[in-house]
Amino acid sequence: MGFLDIFLVEALINGLLLGGVLALLALGLNLIFGVIDVAWICYAELVMFGMYAMYYFVSVFGISLWFAVPATIIAIGLMGILLHVLVISPLLGAAPINQLLATGGVLFFLQSLATVAFGIDFRNLGIRLPTLEVAEVFISYARLLAFGAALSGMVALYLFLTRTYVGTAIRAISQDREIMALMGVDTRRIYIITSAVGGSLAGLAACLLVLQYDVHPYVGLSFGPITFMICVMGGLGNMVGGFIAAFIFAEIISLGGLYLDLEWGYVFAFVFFIGMMFIRPEGLLSRRS
Amino acid sequence: MNRSLIWGAAGVLLVGMPFVYGAPYPMHIIITILIWSFAYTSWSMMGRFGLVSLGHGGFMGVGAYATALLWNNLGLSPWLGIPIGLVCAALLALVVAWPCFRFRITGHYFALVTLALSGIVLQVITATRDLTGGSLGYTPNRVPGGSSFWAFQFTDKHTWYMIALIVWGAGLAIWYAVERSMLRYALEAISEDEDAAAAAGVNVTLEKLKITVLSAMMTAMAGAMYCQYQMFVSPDTVSGISVSLQMVFAVVVGGLYVALGPTIGAVITILLGETLRISFGPAAVGWDNLIYGLLLVVFIIFLPKGILGSIMGAFKRAPAKAAA
Repeated sequence: MGFLDIFLVEALINGLLLGGVLALLALGLNLIFGVIDVAWICYAELVMFGMYAMYYFVSVFGISLWFAVPATIIAIGLMGILLHVLVISPLLGAAPINQLLATGGVLFFLQSLATVAFGIDFRNLGIRLPTLEVAEVFISYARLLAFGAALSGMVALYLFLTRTYVGTAIRAISQDREIMALMGVDTRRIYIITSAVGGSLAGLAACLLVLQYDVHPYVGLSFGPITFMICVMGGLGNMVGGFIAAFIFAEIISLGGLYLDLEWGYVFAFVFFIGMMFIRPEGLLSRRS
Repeated sequence: MNRSLIWGAAGVLLVGMPFVYGAPYPMHIIITILIWSFAYTSWSMMGRFGLVSLGHGGFMGVGAYATALLWNNLGLSPWLGIPIGLVCAALLALVVAWPCFRFRITGHYFALVTLALSGIVLQVITATRDLTGGSLGYTPNRVPGGSSFWAFQFTDKHTWYMIALIVWGAGLAIWYAVERSMLRYALEAISEDEDAAAAAGVNVTLEKLKITVLSAMMTAMAGAMYCQYQMFVSPDTVSGISVSLQMVFAVVVGGLYVALGPTIGAVITILLGETLRISFGPAAVGWDNLIYGLLLVVFIIFLPKGILGSIMGAFKRAPAKAAA
């Protein structure tokens, strides 16, 4: 295979699949960002609770996956609504940085709630999906599944936003939040629907992540910051940009991990993020004004 | 005159305190509070002008690790190592902040760029585990006998109390110096409206850089103090996102816009943590952060000026009303 050695191919493919997971994570956050203009710093912690929900549904209560997955998605969607009603809506008029800090408080709260309620042990479903071997390259089914789900999640969200009345209202609000209220759109209702959809996407991501990773109260810290950077790099609220950014990040991490250490992969990804912020502060797909 | 009398009395009380009552455990708590108060004050220097940084965990890590690494590997005394650590933190702040301010990255975006910075420092410390011990932490080599002026290592709590008190007092002095300087007016104008400030002749990039570098160096100093006092640092305790958020939290609870706000924040958070730990033992794991998180949310919604800020605001308003 010449210079394309087998490890490089495997790292590239794994990066692509990791990109799918990251893209799915970024999708819900991007929606919230774009519509409500609030940064949910605690987004990854919602995912963590979703992973625990899956763990309890499947491993403790023995509920079939077919019921556990929708139940988790609904539960985290409800958490999204709760977060919006209790924390975000009193702060809608406050400085953006206060909203950021309040969700930072929620991050602490959820992390410790998980520590208190579930303990600090690492847990997993005990289900390990097999790996697929194609021409000596190993690909995990769990990642393939996440990749597929991310793509279909994005298509479903796109259809929801463009083909339904509520979706149209959501897009309109993200363009001009003052005028839409005058046009007879109930802003409150749209915000709650958006939070529910954003939460549900976190729930979906949780269902897929729990197949690959162990869950513990601090698991959110390992992918939360990355998710944020992907959203910012893609342009806040720009879903296509976020999607592309997720894959770029994932490839950097994966290749960095191949040649040095996984940590260096993250370092390169972060440095790249800071660099990109200076070159294209409005996001990858923006045109310089 | 009245004011300087109060400050003098408070100073005498603080300096004299350990001679009257100096049991090791309360002393340890007070030293910890002083060091963290200094770190929180450093953060609030920027935070009060709307420059919310989530990268201060990174600066703290640089200060702590630079000092300890220079001591262990080159035998360089912390008296030289700490200044080198401060310069490193200042350079890091310049490299990240200059483009940020030059390209007018503000608000959310600034917070997220600095978040990446603290992530980088955390990952670099973890990745260079051959040198720094990685996530297992790092210990500066003890001098024989335990105490040495040259090595900046003291086993005596009273000495540490005085050092922490001086550093904390210096932090407050810097806060007041900024409060009285032109820099403060420039930065307040910038935080209101950057364009208007620039039109009025304020060099926006330069003024913001000044306060950022100052704040970063103070935070690195706090990191070095923490490392020399505890004689142990790990990436989780001095760098990364949790430490950055912890700083923001304590300052917001105490009060962002008043000099002693961060100190009050440190007193509340550390005492809360210790009380819970003593009364509930191992069962308290998680409960302190649970309460912090809840408090942070409640404070931002109901008391955005913080505890001390709100109390002082109430006092200031009351006489004004009486006069009218």
